Amino acid sequence: MKIHEYQAKELLRKFGVVTPRGIPCFSLEEAIAAHQTLGGGVVVVKAQIHAGGRGKGGGVKVAKTAAQVAEYAGQIMGMQLITHQTSAEGQKVRRLLVEEGADIRKELYIGMVVDRGTQRVALMASSEGGMDIEEVAAHTPEKIHTVFIDPATGLTDAEADDVATRIGVPAHLLAQSRTMLQALYKAFDETDASLAEINPLVLTGDDRVIALDAKMNFDSNALYRHPEITAMRDLDEEDPAEIAASKFDLSYISLDGNIGCLVNGAGLAMATMDITKLYGGSPANFLDVGGGATTEKVTEAFKLMLANPHVEGILVNIFGGIMRCDVIATGVVEAARQVKLNVPLVVRLEGTNVELGKQILAESGLPIISASNMADAAAKVVEAVRG
Amino acid sequence: MSILINKDTRVMTQGITGKTGQFHTRGCKEYANGANCFVAGVTPGKGGQAFEGTPIYNTVAEAKAATGATVSVIYVPPPFAAAAIDEAVEADLDLVICITEGIPVRDMIRTRYKMQGKRTRLIGPNCPGLITPDEIKIGIMPGHIHKKGPIGVVSRSGTLTYEAVGQLRELGLGQSSCVGIGGDPVNGMKHIDVMRLFNEDPDTEAVIMVGEIGGSDEEECAQWIKDHMTKPVVGFIAGVTAPEGKRMGHAGAIISGGKGTAQEKLAVMEACGIKVTRNPAEMGKLLKSVLK
Repeated sequence: MKIHEYQAKELLRKFGVVTPRGIPCFSLEEAIAAHQTLGGGVVVVKAQIHAGGRGKGGGVKVAKTAAQVAEYAGQIMGMQLITHQTSAEGQKVRRLLVEEGADIRKELYIGMVVDRGTQRVALMASSEGGMDIEEVAAHTPEKIHTVFIDPATGLTDAEADDVATRIGVPAHLLAQSRTMLQALYKAFDETDASLAEINPLVLTGDDRVIALDAKMNFDSNALYRHPEITAMRDLDEEDPAEIAASKFDLSYISLDGNIGCLVNGAGLAMATMDITKLYGGSPANFLDVGGGATTEKVTEAFKLMLANPHVEGILVNIFGGIMRCDVIATGVVEAARQVKLNVPLVVRLEGTNVELGKQILAESGLPIISASNMADAAAKVVEAVRG
Repeated sequence: MSILINKDTRVMTQGITGKTGQFHTRGCKEYANGANCFVAGVTPGKGGQAFEGTPIYNTVAEAKAATGATVSVIYVPPPFAAAAIDEAVEADLDLVICITEGIPVRDMIRTRYKMQGKRTRLIGPNCPGLITPDEIKIGIMPGHIHKKGPIGVVSRSGTLTYEAVGQLRELGLGQSSCVGIGGDPVNGMKHIDVMRLFNEDPDTEAVIMVGEIGGSDEEECAQWIKDHMTKPVVGFIAGVTAPEGKRMGHAGAIISGGKGTAQEKLAVMEACGIKVTRNPAEMGKLLKSVLK
């Protein structure tokens, strides 16, 4: 799960991360008032959307006067902000962060993720602040310094100071950077984060170390023990189809093709998308109905796929293990009737009770195209969509 | 022969009184020698009871002492599953298979940390388990699609493993053992660990390796295969069409910053001499083509 910058900063402050003073705003009036509350000096008006790259897209502006705050807040609030991480239409800005300006002397990068190889939290730090870490990794990997944090000790003083020195923190600021790094790890660990990033971490003219930007993502498997983080979820930032899917415990991701795919199991669902593409088609979604799909779940899955106006055909690929093919077949027939299916439907069933399942489909009287294996299914759905 | 488990393996189910634990323990007992293999269940506070003739113990250590079981399979709900693994490791079992899906990564980091220096092997979590056809199945896979034979199967995905097995069966090829290592980012045995065992197993003649986007386990395994494997290996990687940064069902299946893409994995595997296919319907055919 993702949260906004202002929410990440609120969370991180509780753990001791230092940030500029800032106020989240939901309207132009609030932004103008926030500027006054912050003392009426230089502020930064920042669009709050979940995607990165906001500055380049025109979503971050420095305002020196009340008039400028009003002007920029007016421009940014409500705009469709397009960045390299949003779709082509961009994301509508509904929230702003008005934050006091900082006298930036140096920009650094610190971030944490779970490293699969070492099975530990990895701290990555770089002297190249303000840039995408992926860019730095691609072009100047020697500028990234990594520490794999021992879960028993946490980030030690020596590790924190060593990495800070490597990225150019001067000796007299090490105490501050140590506090920052250790606070970031504590926050990452205690909130079950999957990503925590401060980019840039800045050294200021008046010798302070502060987090100018902050980004946090969380492990959705652990949200049950963090109600305060779950409450930060902003549904405006998520795909409506994916929200609807999550209500029925379906794993759904929108894609830009025209063939809806309904599959049991994540690996097989990805493989089904792949084979669809291989046979010249284009998947409209990833959809895993899981191991225990009921008729209700299958019906909801069909509704989701058909709510997408681009869908011109549906491919159902089920390898029944615990889930019996006759149950799935009944669900498919039921769903096709309920949703008044008006696009070609190709069904491939395999596994437990497969013959019974195929019989149910055949006897339904519905124009279901039966496929004998995955390749046959992909070929048939691509052909059906082409017409 | 086989790897990790056979008809003489003795198994306990942790979480045997839950609905899932009951359902799958029953299914496993009904498969091949399962009735003799599944000898105990563990549920704290329910020691002394029994599930369909299988005695229940309060702790893993008690179950091990009373029945000689050296392997456990876990169906405990996610908030308590990592602690269940810890308990099995503390009891010095040979092998722990954790089926549970949805364990927080932070819990698994701590569990894996505690496992350092211990001899217990872990498969999973978030996996279908493993099977040695016609001898024993430990997990949730449909037993009837399998058949005894010389092919090893290792995969991160459940139903995609069934798909590979189904294709082998169509071609008349049986399996020595099939291992689902699971789709989580922080887990136990990796492709490389299972591949080593297949290489040493005299009854495995060739291996199908099924991977997916995310991480670099497949690349590491491919390098090992190039340097050490004496048997043919074929591979498929799911997720060529997956968009970047999205979690594709499995928590481990996410491509970040262009790393862990299916294309990258396939390229490394090919460079290491592994025959790969981009068509998931042709895993079986490809395997057959490399058999002597």
